Amino acid sequence: MSEDILRMRGITKRFPGVLALDGVDMRVKRATIHALVGENGAGKSTLMKILSGVYPHGEFEGEIELDGAPARFRGIRDSEHAGVVIIHQELALVPELSIAENIFLGNEQAKNGVISWNHTNSEAADLMEKVGLRDSPRTLVEQIGVGKQQLVEIAKALSKEVKLLILDEPTAALNDSDSENLLELLKTLREEGVTCILISHKLGEVLSVSDEITILRDGKTIETLDTADEAVDEDRLIKSMVGRDLEHLYPPHTPDIGETFFEVEDWTVHHPEHRERVVVHGAGLTVARGEVVGLAGLMGAGRTEFAMSLFGRSWGASISGSARLDGRELRLRSVADAIEAGLAYATEDRKQFGLHLDYDLQQNFTLAGLAKVSKGGVVDLNKITAVSERLRGEFGVKTPSVQQLAGNLSGGNQQKVVLGKWVFTEPELLILDEPTRGIDVGAKYEIYELIHELVDQGKGVLMISSELPELLGMCDRIYAMSAGHITGQVDRENATQEELMRLMTLETARGGVEL
Amino acid sequence: MSLLSALRGVNLRQYGMIIALVFIMLLFQVLEVMKLDQNFLTPRNITNTVVQNSFILILAIGMMLVIVNGHIDLSVGSVLAFTGAISAIALSDWGLPWWMAVLAAVGTGALIGVWQGFWVAYVRIPAFIVTLAGMLLFRGLTLWVLEAQTISIRSEEFRMLGSGYWAQDSVVGGYHLPTLIIGLVAVVFILWTQISARNVAAKNRIDTGSPIAFFIKTALLVGAALVATFLFAGYRGLPVIGIILVVLVAVYSFVANRTVFGRHVYAGGGNEKAAALSGVKTKQTSFWVFVNMGALAGLAGVVFTARLQSATPDAGNMFELHAIASSFIGGASMSGGVGTIIGAVVGGLVMGIMNQGMSILSVGQDLQSVILGLVVLAAVFFDVWNKKRSSGPIVGTTPGGSGEAKRRGKGPDDSGPSGDKPKDREPEPVGAE
Repeated sequence: MSEDILRMRGITKRFPGVLALDGVDMRVKRATIHALVGENGAGKSTLMKILSGVYPHGEFEGEIELDGAPARFRGIRDSEHAGVVIIHQELALVPELSIAENIFLGNEQAKNGVISWNHTNSEAADLMEKVGLRDSPRTLVEQIGVGKQQLVEIAKALSKEVKLLILDEPTAALNDSDSENLLELLKTLREEGVTCILISHKLGEVLSVSDEITILRDGKTIETLDTADEAVDEDRLIKSMVGRDLEHLYPPHTPDIGETFFEVEDWTVHHPEHRERVVVHGAGLTVARGEVVGLAGLMGAGRTEFAMSLFGRSWGASISGSARLDGRELRLRSVADAIEAGLAYATEDRKQFGLHLDYDLQQNFTLAGLAKVSKGGVVDLNKITAVSERLRGEFGVKTPSVQQLAGNLSGGNQQKVVLGKWVFTEPELLILDEPTRGIDVGAKYEIYELIHELVDQGKGVLMISSELPELLGMCDRIYAMSAGHITGQVDRENATQEELMRLMTLETARGGVEL
Repeated sequence: MSLLSALRGVNLRQYGMIIALVFIMLLFQVLEVMKLDQNFLTPRNITNTVVQNSFILILAIGMMLVIVNGHIDLSVGSVLAFTGAISAIALSDWGLPWWMAVLAAVGTGALIGVWQGFWVAYVRIPAFIVTLAGMLLFRGLTLWVLEAQTISIRSEEFRMLGSGYWAQDSVVGGYHLPTLIIGLVAVVFILWTQISARNVAAKNRIDTGSPIAFFIKTALLVGAALVATFLFAGYRGLPVIGIILVVLVAVYSFVANRTVFGRHVYAGGGNEKAAALSGVKTKQTSFWVFVNMGALAGLAGVVFTARLQSATPDAGNMFELHAIASSFIGGASMSGGVGTIIGAVVGGLVMGIMNQGMSILSVGQDLQSVILGLVVLAAVFFDVWNKKRSSGPIVGTTPGGSGEAKRRGKGPDDSGPSGDKPKDREPEPVGAE
């Protein structure tokens, strides 16, 4: 047996008009964790889809050698048969089915076409133990969190006798402790001889867990680094990924902070379905003109719920408390009221809640501000086009025409459209929920610059982010939230990741409230 | 720009069904000349097709908005029967003038829309269920108010709405003069809108496509308008119901494309959550879409009753399915957010022409139904295929991961870490009231 479990040579993949992969080489050593990093669009997912047979042999050029033998997969079934299993970003689980059913989905434990449930559940229990999942195999997948769902996916892969496990952004939606668990599990699997390819944007975790790192840029292999090498650190990786020195991840900015214009006091929100559950407890904050205010918190802390309840009660029930803008008490009954009052909320989930992916940029840019381009309920199509052209230019959306469908844009460009859409409503306060989630380093920088432009115009920005370095780099002041409570605030000067993390995990504030 | 690339740029989804309609008409023309040695494309045949399908077309206009908004309405056939019965009772039992009877039917339809819209929009019971219930409910009510009898219509004015022609004595050289004038106005209107749209686009520096493509497109539209004008004018002129249809198409196209309400109907159907978070009152919009559907079903009930000159308990059976099929043939998407008023009308005409053509060729009812079923399937298949075809190279996208899934028509995908992954507790917008 050779030392390498996988060799890919000269992989080239063309899409109409686009060269997605250009002679990519990659070697993965047996029983290691091999990370694959690169900016969005560098070709990571395409490469892994080739490896897992999503693009069958013949649709690309180049050779794949698995375990020393040439591999020509005609489909996912072929690759899984050979022990290559991919776990996609979007988990392929059926929420309404049990854990055991999901593990053996497509591989049902049946005799003569009749499923043996005892066998299914006991086999599932064995696999679940291996991945450290201590629920009943009969638990429905919709009843467990994303972290555990990820483990179910891995158990499913193990049931297929996986040799090479590919994980595409496995920790993106996980909180820190779940991520930790998952990475520990990968190390355990490595001991047992399973090789992992890990695609991740989180460079810190990549460095800590992987043995080797391959960097892709613009569809080409840039280099493969050994993490045992002292010189390999985040800066080194970023440099290699973006092909330039990113001296500053955050654009320089001198804040010009004016008077406080937005105040929330004693804001309490209940869960819309479970009315007895309090999701936000008497929260309060202030935002000044020209200020970027951060809101830090772990998943489930209630940040998004807080923001959406402020935004015209678009989430939650029995909302109480006071919100004032320029000293005026806001009484918002609908999103339309909130927009009218000068609030904007750019959602964390731009595909589901932020954009109409099947509609073009013009319609997306103007939907929230149709009143501005219409008279007596009749919209002015010429004005819509003109306004959209202007916004496209101002926000640097890289597309030749405003007739382009939003769904055809990259994540970064989509986010710019979302920002443009909200800026068009001329808000006083913009609430940006995870404004840089899932977009690459270059596009992040542009989004940061746009945020600075907004506050320089005297608007206020409330920025929710799960990336602490981003909050530290962008915000003038940061609130921390834990279990529905605002647990403290820190200034730019005094803010450190450690201090924020302490506030975000403050137990005393929980007060026995089940979230 | 070469001719080939000009052709690639043509939006087949938009024009495909119009081309298919013309093709089907020519096909029947050829078949009937060959088999029966007579013309299919006669003024009489075309006029009759439109008149005989007018109520389906009216229903299809409303249905298109319902489907675009992400719902469905199975009750329109029963509502048509019920409102038709109300109009007949208003005329015969209550002795109301014809126009009051029309208002009574349309008003009743709108009230039914209020009822169904309430359950769909505010109580959030799926429209399929609410209108399935409505289908049974209003069929039953029709039987009840008619006491299972047929009521015949005596009012001449009322009958005009279904099968009337007007100004029969102003004829020039065998052509109906007012129809010729309407046709001329339509041609001028088409030229004006096409040219001004192109000028405005040029002013805003939008790619206007090649002049050849523009010329061909405009010439085809004008040609179609002229052919239609002479076909109608050559028989007895544009029938009364034809005028009603033209007005409805114009008004509803305007509402759909150019009004805030129309854009909200599309936005709510395309992505309800995103629309709600953009300040669109999605519930209210859905509610009014159903009220509108009810009112149009009421109008269709009037037209159908007037054409039959009587109200019968089993009127409008299966009409809901014809209206739905018209919308899908005309390019509506099952998932909502997509479709045009013109598309619904063209879809309805495709079915009408095929019925008419096959009947003249004495194709049996059995085979007609089989063929129409296949046409519905083929039209939707064409749409799916065309969607894949037209999503060519992606501009503004970084190459690789994010692009190719869309190019293969699998819907959007992103290589970003977690744009659409559910969080532990994802708050869902509850929509704006």
